Amino acid sequence: MASTAAVTTEAKGSIWNGGQSPLKVSYGKLMMWFFLLSDAFSFSALLITYGMIRFSHPAYQGAVADFVPSQEYWPIPEMVYNAVPFLHGVHAPLVFVGIMTFILILSSVTMVLAVEAGHRMDRKNVEKWMLWTIVGGLTFLGCQAWEWAHFIHGTDGGVVAKFLTVDGWVDRTVFGANLTVNQYGPPAFAALFFFITGFHGTHVFSGVVLNFIVFYNTVVGTYDKRGHYEMVEKVGLYWHFVDLVWVFVFTFFYLV
Amino acid sequence: MATANIQTPDLAHDVHHDHDHEHHDNFITKYIFSTDHKMIAKQFLITGIFWALLGGILSVIFRLQLGFPDMQLEWLRPFLGKWITEQGKIDPEFYLALVTMHGTIMVFFVLTAGLSGTFSNFLIPLQIGARDMASGFMNMLSYWFFFLSSIIMLSSLFIETGPAAGGWVVYPPLSALPQAISGSQLGMTMWLVAMVFFIVSTLLGGVNYISTVINMRTQGMSFSKLPLTIWAFFLTAIIGLLSFPVLIAAALLLVFDRSFGTSFYLSEIYIGGEALPNMGGSPILYQHLFWFLGHPEVYIVLLPALGITSEIIATNSRKPIFGYRAMIGSMLGITILSFIVWAHHMFVTGMNPFLGSIFMLLTLIIAVPSAVKVFNYLTTLWKGNLVFTPAMLFSIGLVSFFISGGLTGIFLGNAAIDIQLHDTYFVVAHFHLVMGSASFFGLMAGVYHWFPKMFGRMMDAKLGYIHFWLTFVGVYMVFFPMHYIGIAGFPRRYYSFTNFDAFNSFTDLNAFVSIAAIFTLGAQFIFLFNFFYSMFKGRVAPANPWRSTTLEWTTPINPGHGNWPGAIPTVYRWPYDYSKPGAAEDFIPQHIPYSQTKESNLPHENELIKLENEGDVVIVNENKH
Repeated sequence: MASTAAVTTEAKGSIWNGGQSPLKVSYGKLMMWFFLLSDAFSFSALLITYGMIRFSHPAYQGAVADFVPSQEYWPIPEMVYNAVPFLHGVHAPLVFVGIMTFILILSSVTMVLAVEAGHRMDRKNVEKWMLWTIVGGLTFLGCQAWEWAHFIHGTDGGVVAKFLTVDGWVDRTVFGANLTVNQYGPPAFAALFFFITGFHGTHVFSGVVLNFIVFYNTVVGTYDKRGHYEMVEKVGLYWHFVDLVWVFVFTFFYLV
Repeated sequence: MATANIQTPDLAHDVHHDHDHEHHDNFITKYIFSTDHKMIAKQFLITGIFWALLGGILSVIFRLQLGFPDMQLEWLRPFLGKWITEQGKIDPEFYLALVTMHGTIMVFFVLTAGLSGTFSNFLIPLQIGARDMASGFMNMLSYWFFFLSSIIMLSSLFIETGPAAGGWVVYPPLSALPQAISGSQLGMTMWLVAMVFFIVSTLLGGVNYISTVINMRTQGMSFSKLPLTIWAFFLTAIIGLLSFPVLIAAALLLVFDRSFGTSFYLSEIYIGGEALPNMGGSPILYQHLFWFLGHPEVYIVLLPALGITSEIIATNSRKPIFGYRAMIGSMLGITILSFIVWAHHMFVTGMNPFLGSIFMLLTLIIAVPSAVKVFNYLTTLWKGNLVFTPAMLFSIGLVSFFISGGLTGIFLGNAAIDIQLHDTYFVVAHFHLVMGSASFFGLMAGVYHWFPKMFGRMMDAKLGYIHFWLTFVGVYMVFFPMHYIGIAGFPRRYYSFTNFDAFNSFTDLNAFVSIAAIFTLGAQFIFLFNFFYSMFKGRVAPANPWRSTTLEWTTPINPGHGNWPGAIPTVYRWPYDYSKPGAAEDFIPQHIPYSQTKESNLPHENELIKLENEGDVVIVNENKH
């Protein structure tokens, strides 16, 4: 930032007196912060929705080992999210989602390194770390795609659920979950899972797109010409926010 | 008036003039895809006027049904087609669509986009001393998202199943089930899509307004020297930024319930004797999410009007605004309180009465900052040298509506009284006065006051007076009788009064209200004529027609892109130095240094003179982004 505005005499008083950026940030970064504040409210609304619907359903009572999925009560996360690719039939509670989360957090670390390299105007390193951040984001999205696919596909045995039809209540075996039926628990559980992780996944995807644009601009030297790498910082803010939101989504869906 | 000229004693600052280079605008970049905040403001204003006219016409159509239930409306068939029944009456489902679209249009498209969009855009850069908004491009996008949203909402009026008809609040399950009512089919989908684009527009505008006010104020323009208009727009943008995303979440969940088979808001519903499979959701959840936006939205609509009024009343009373800091404090109080009172719209949803009493308490606390504002307006007017411009009259009209509509708010905020009054015409009367008409008058006041700055010409004052008196009297004739109808218990949104014996005695009153509504709408055409005629043929405006102190009047009469041809003026004083004892004129603009007004300075202001010269050391680089 070419800042030449910092000359004030003590008597002149506050930095808030105008003619300069009182928070010492550009308007672009301010806008990003305020957008993130706003976006935090959308996610809060969704997570509060999750909480409200979750607590209007009864919880599972009994030992964890005896858990069987049923539409009558909310499931236990570690008994639902227990699959890992290539390990069919192995009960590995929360292992895969743990790996996903770790990858996303690692991509935040590489983003920090990219921002730091940007401060030093070190184009080679910005390129390197932006690329790793993009790879991390794409890997996370890939993992989420697998997780969704597994969730939709369902287990080998499926679960018998009651359905109201013109002939009254009938029993049907349900495999997997979609927005209306769910083998793992009440349909609302699957609907919320798809909606909220999908909303977050959309944010990750747009983050990857933004990261790619910044990576491209770095490679062609746009920021060197401009004299600063502030765009890296701005997309960095967005990326960290998306990671932070995942921590909350993860807590709500997988831990509570 | 010498004081109206640009006087910039320290030209040392502001050394870069990149924004001043010649713009070679063609028609498209100047009038359509403009990034100039003034043109974008005018785009919002013209679109808003179009919507206001349409919303007003819709209301008159349903007032015909309410006031004259036996009237032959066959003559409306060329416009409404099959929505006029065989008997020559309005189709009952279309009546609901009319009410819904009237509410949606007036709340969102007129009083949110038309008011904030116009005056935040127009006044923020001009009054804080900036060349344009922080991001002109995002500002342009903000208008065009609004335009896209407008197109979608407008086209929903013309589809076969009709526009959305679930009320402007679009509560599920009615809005979530397409088989419930024809207005819950395609029209509802278009409503939701249009609102999503509308919210995008609001957020793009909002982050821009906030960043501009924080980052781009001219030298000397501290927050405690900001005109109250800017404070109002700033806080409005913050409210919008924090509440609209919750509506986006609520709307997306509703889209999923409608189109993708989820049950977020649906549970255990029979429709036409058939059980629906939806289980596990809650329609009350939607109400909570909606009103978390819906209540702050009231203040998104009202605060800009209050800010405009503060400015106009102080200018035309030739007095400093009474309690400048109290005004800011009360706006801050309203901003914060607006987020924690939403459930007073839901007292009759089966809410825990204890929770109801908490929301009641919080709601009634809003009366305190509101009353502070009212008293400050009245004390500003008190013993002022009042100049009754049309803008001043509309501002005083706003204060009147704010009082008479605000008092009924205290009734409605009481959980116990609300059980009787909920969803009756009492509520309709209340919010149309306190938020609808008050904000509309704020909008009108703003147009009359800043028209010379927008178009370089004056609006005709006599037509303005006629417009004011007809509208002012008309609004009270429309909404005052509604209190009685409401206390009698008549519910809002009902198609017909005459089916109930209890309400037969109100037939005359309803006919009166309808005639008054037509009368009031008719009066607006005086304004429309005045507006468009003056734009081209009005008297050419002087540089500072209202002898006002704020910075926008230091620009040329027709400011170009960049607003000031030379350096941006530095600000030395607050915006309300009217009738200062000892001063030659009865106003001292913000950019006049204390060193030039020794005759009127207070002792502590003389102390500030020596700081003014030190201002030279400050170098502002406008390119710093």
